Amino acid sequence: MSEVIVVTSGKGGVGKTTTSANVGTGLAAMGKKVVLIDTDIGLRNLDVVMGLENRIVYNLVDVIEGKCRVKQALIKDKRHQSLYLMPSAQTKDKSAVSPQQMVKMVQQLKEQFDYIILDCPAGIEQGFQNAIAGADRALVVTTPEVSAIRDADRIIGLLEAKEFKQIDLIINRLRYDMVKRGEMMTAADVVDILSIPLIGIVPDDENVVIATNQGEPLVGGSTMAGRAYQNICQRVLGEDIPFIDFEKTISFWTRVTGIFHKN
Amino acid sequence: MDLGRIFRKKSSREIAKDRLKILLISDRVNCSPEMMEMIKMDIAKVISKYMKIDAQSMEIQITKTGVKGRGKTQSLYASIPILDLNK
Repeated sequence: MSEVIVVTSGKGGVGKTTTSANVGTGLAAMGKKVVLIDTDIGLRNLDVVMGLENRIVYNLVDVIEGKCRVKQALIKDKRHQSLYLMPSAQTKDKSAVSPQQMVKMVQQLKEQFDYIILDCPAGIEQGFQNAIAGADRALVVTTPEVSAIRDADRIIGLLEAKEFKQIDLIINRLRYDMVKRGEMMTAADVVDILSIPLIGIVPDDENVVIATNQGEPLVGGSTMAGRAYQNICQRVLGEDIPFIDFEKTISFWTRVTGIFHKN
Repeated sequence: MDLGRIFRKKSSREIAKDRLKILLISDRVNCSPEMMEMIKMDIAKVISKYMKIDAQSMEIQITKTGVKGRGKTQSLYASIPILDLNK
């Protein structure tokens, strides 16, 4: 049975596209047939994060308008056999697609894929409505900041009204040094406020910027963010994975380097 | 005893959390302030039929009652100071 997951946040710039790219890649690496759909019409980005921007021929709007078949618009990933990307259109606007058309296309893709991941645009207007229309599960991405959490709460309210069967929270860009100083909300604080199950904590990691520069998702790698995304993928599949205590990892390394400094 | 701890300023983490909690109560209620004021006036009018109340300092609030704050049931709480039970 296939699952349709929308990655959403309300606020822009909190990491929806990075999360989509990494969760999609991670699931494909674990042998699942995955299609990533960029639903941000007019501002396409997922292709760049995936490093597939040079391979686009047709896009989502072409499929909806019947200019090509679904299969023609799907781009095969460089790294994984079972991963495909449906790019968005860069020159059209959000009104080019309706929620009904989106549902129809998702239904069609369900026949071929285990996981359909929809990268949602920021905001709660039509682009958001299109992205959530065909989905039955959501990953809500937020950062530990007041504005992002407020928007996430609004999004969760809207998803609950649509009777989503599962809504999980990803806390992105957590800075353990700031948490330690009492200058950033903890993951527990955010969960307490939003009251939905936590599926992952991604620490603030410069490797995310480096990976995006290179167009290579970092899931599965040895970086902190890469490991966090790997854990999220396993939890998406229903595995019970304990949360990595990065604080401990960091303090361990400071202790180790501390020893060398003394000598 | 650590005096600094007693007189310490609230950390920005605590400020953020407190602000969000208050902010989200009003965000989650789909009710405009004007409508809240109208409800308040109507309640005051009805209660005033039976007893003398202090309508100026009465307060009403809509809260979500649920185990984890995200329960589906919402309740209206009214705090109405009574000046005289016998009108």
